[in-house]
Amino acid sequence: MGAIREALKRVQSFFRKQQRDSDLDAELQSHIDLAIEENISHGMPPDEARRRALIHFGGVQQAMEQQRHARGLPWLDILLQDLRYTLRTLNRNRVFTIVSILILALGIGANIAVFSVVNTLLLRPLPFRDPQRLVVIAPEINRGGLSGATYSVDAYDDLLALNRSYTDVTGYYAFSAADNFKLTGHDEPKPVTGLAVAGNFFHVLGVDPAAGRDFTADESIKGSRAVALLSYPFWQRQFGSDRSIVGTAVTLDGVPTTIVGVLPPTFDFGAVFSPGTKVDFFYPQVMDDIREQGNTLALFARLKPGVTIAQTQTEAIDLFPKLYWGKKYPNSNHNYTAHPIELKEYVSGKVRRSLIVLWCAVGLILLIVCVNLSNLLLARAAARSKEFALRGALGAGRGRLVRQLLTESLVLSTVGAALGLALAYALVSYLAHQGSIALPLLSSVRIDGQALAWTLLITVSSAILFGLLPGLKMSAANLQEALKDSGPGMSDSRKHERLRSVLVISEVALACVLIVGAGLLLRSFLHVLDIDLGFQPSTAAAISIDFDYVDGDHNAKLEKRNANFQEIVRRINAIPGVQTSGITDNLPLERNRGWQGPALKGKTYLPGEIKGAFVYIVSPGYIPAMGMRLRGRDFTWQDDMKGDSTVILNQATANDLLPGEDPIGRTVLIGNIEARVIGVVADVHESNVEGTPGGQMYLPIIRKWGPEGADLVVRTTVPPDQLASSVLHTLRDLNPNQPATEFRPLQQIVDHAVSPRRFFVILVSAFALLGLFLAALGIYGVISYSVTQRTQEIGIRMALGATLARVQFDVIRSTLQLALIGIAIGTVASFGASRLIASLLFGTTPTDPITFLGMVLVLGTIALLAGYIPARRASRINPMVALRNN
Amino acid sequence: MPPSKLDLLQGTLDLMVLQTLATMGALHGYGIARRIEEVSGDEVLLNQGTIYASLVRLQQRGWISAEWGTSDNNRKAKYYAITREGRKQWAKDTAYWNRLSTVMGRVLAMAAEGDL
Repeated sequence: MGAIREALKRVQSFFRKQQRDSDLDAELQSHIDLAIEENISHGMPPDEARRRALIHFGGVQQAMEQQRHARGLPWLDILLQDLRYTLRTLNRNRVFTIVSILILALGIGANIAVFSVVNTLLLRPLPFRDPQRLVVIAPEINRGGLSGATYSVDAYDDLLALNRSYTDVTGYYAFSAADNFKLTGHDEPKPVTGLAVAGNFFHVLGVDPAAGRDFTADESIKGSRAVALLSYPFWQRQFGSDRSIVGTAVTLDGVPTTIVGVLPPTFDFGAVFSPGTKVDFFYPQVMDDIREQGNTLALFARLKPGVTIAQTQTEAIDLFPKLYWGKKYPNSNHNYTAHPIELKEYVSGKVRRSLIVLWCAVGLILLIVCVNLSNLLLARAAARSKEFALRGALGAGRGRLVRQLLTESLVLSTVGAALGLALAYALVSYLAHQGSIALPLLSSVRIDGQALAWTLLITVSSAILFGLLPGLKMSAANLQEALKDSGPGMSDSRKHERLRSVLVISEVALACVLIVGAGLLLRSFLHVLDIDLGFQPSTAAAISIDFDYVDGDHNAKLEKRNANFQEIVRRINAIPGVQTSGITDNLPLERNRGWQGPALKGKTYLPGEIKGAFVYIVSPGYIPAMGMRLRGRDFTWQDDMKGDSTVILNQATANDLLPGEDPIGRTVLIGNIEARVIGVVADVHESNVEGTPGGQMYLPIIRKWGPEGADLVVRTTVPPDQLASSVLHTLRDLNPNQPATEFRPLQQIVDHAVSPRRFFVILVSAFALLGLFLAALGIYGVISYSVTQRTQEIGIRMALGATLARVQFDVIRSTLQLALIGIAIGTVASFGASRLIASLLFGTTPTDPITFLGMVLVLGTIALLAGYIPARRASRINPMVALRNN
Repeated sequence: MPPSKLDLLQGTLDLMVLQTLATMGALHGYGIARRIEEVSGDEVLLNQGTIYASLVRLQQRGWISAEWGTSDNNRKAKYYAITREGRKQWAKDTAYWNRLSTVMGRVLAMAAEGDL
């Protein structure tokens, strides 16, 4: 009680300082008056009475100070005093202040932004209920792309029945393409992306619709009415966040589909499961519809309470070989394995190392910033040593001086952090809206409470880091020496200089590590860009075109579609600026599809011996339009149902099929259909840029291979976007139902595929540049300061006959000395650090000599420049002036 | 809740002030200082000014109250009086102090015997 009241009173007194002080003044005055009066009444003369009274009272100022201490908040008083003083000094030293704040803002801002990314991608749990109990079910080593990571419906059914680890298992159809539905009835026809999921998908993930309801069990049964759940952004965009849309029907691919609900904004399918894609709506997969399609489901499960990941992995070893690819085929078990891993690991495992490297890089930056600031403060400290000596002489304790200096650094870092926060906010909002960067969860990156806490932490710790050393250094200064140390060459400023040199050397060494890291990543990126993709992405673009599915044996319909396709290609080719064009049902680097590959006719294969192949169902002209290298002949419009069945293989499949022989002209079996090999194309990177392409085969779209959509690829002689409108216009002309889809340059698709690497390279390079700049600033600061300090000495030397060149050379030599020691230490450190990022490199060794040599050259040159400016100044010193001054 | 720790001198002065006010009734700062000096003879060398830190502390803790008034010879002065809570504290501190001084006396007496 008493303590609380006292605390309140102290606060009160703090705010009523003036009133309390005048009250105290009056009281002390009355005290002395009373004392004088009493002394006079004892017979003293007035002067003596006054003197005695004052002696008895003691120091009036001390008494007042003691009383203020006892009544108010002395620590806050000191803080405010320090703050006021700090603001005054900082205001006097504008250049120093602005430079420090800018440096800090860059360093802290970069750290906040990277922390937000790391926090979202690595640290923060996924936006599902109990996300740590969700597992991905996929084989440990993934052979054959996504179709090796998916399971058949029969396998899914058996897994549900037989497993003992999961409360439930769910999945989604893994092979759907973007814009696979057409929304009609709302303005012009619009392509939308729908994804089929198991009916229990949202229940298992623990995602509750923001409006409406989840799917019911009977909605996944064949023949039930069509329903859909909308994604939140699609609901906002297409239906203007209208809640009354729930329960009504929209027309998707001509089918009235009831919207049963809207998913919450936190659920972003693309962000978690398939970076860079967007899904507009979800519909329940009728499992019987895809039972015959083979491996189509990507599976997820929720662990039962108490079951560990290791336990389910052990169970999977025995369980998965029991599952059937298709129950109709009694030999089709022993096809599956699985190694369930936590969903979070699956989502961000691949980028973890890159992110940690990024985090380290940005940490290095902060370290360099602190060293730099320390250095600047030390330079100021030297200039202010007299001020501090004087304050010390007037009774300020060492703690008080350190406190004053720490207040200064805290003010600097706080202002820097505020500015940095603004920078980070801009950067993070920019990143969150980069749909073109294929990183998981990137769209949900934001500066949250945790990021703010992180900001606070790095602000305070960097203030201590860069403020403490100069603070201790300065307050430890010997009073007498400091007051005496006015001339150059005195011991204390020499010590200062040595310390500053050590700081600069460490700065250079840190910058070395950053530059080497960035250099290695940059060179890897350039190597990636140089990869032969098997097609020419430049001057070609793709547009998805309106497409009718043709069921089974509907020959007439198929012929009509073929005629349409032929007409489209003919009309497009006629557009001026178009070199050639062709149609495919999917594009490289976009999606996944695995079929059983071709088998040589007449050869007997063991079960599972026939390798998988990625299938492209294409029109004549597609292969040249992509700029692929073909041996043999392309499809012609005569390769339709009336002609023989034909196929084009890629080199990898050709090598597998007939090692060392030319397959052109041979007949192969695709399933049970015979086809003649008419050509071999160079391997195309079908699902990623950095991996090795697998087997591929190309089938004519004009036969019944069941294409799943249609993209028109146009190779142009002019930049593709110049033709966008005429291409769309021509397509509209031929088919009024053609949706207004984007005309996408192929380069954009490639860019998207390499975007995570580009993202990291750009960030790390930016940090390296920043580090370089800071190191240069550090070198410049130290050399420039030492030139100023030695003005007199240089003057004497010049008066004694030293040449300009000699003076310049001396300054530059000391610069290079610092830089070279730093570079030497940095090179050793870089060797260690580069080994840590070895797994992120592509076609570049961690000890890449070009990178290391480049780093030495760049840093050396920058150091030389940073030293040259003060050297020039030194050589311009006028000996007469220098000797007269001081 | 115990009051914030005071060093011995401060604590001693606080108790002296409470004792003076408890026995003498309301007094101004000068009066308290004079009274303590008189009672302690020349034993306490008191800088009279230090008493004001003690007074404001006791006041903010609610143990004494203060009011501006007029002295006998018509001079304005701030008068302090002990409060009810202050009396409680005074009793507590006095008891504590007595115990401590008894114990200290005994301990020191023992040391004196050892000398013989």
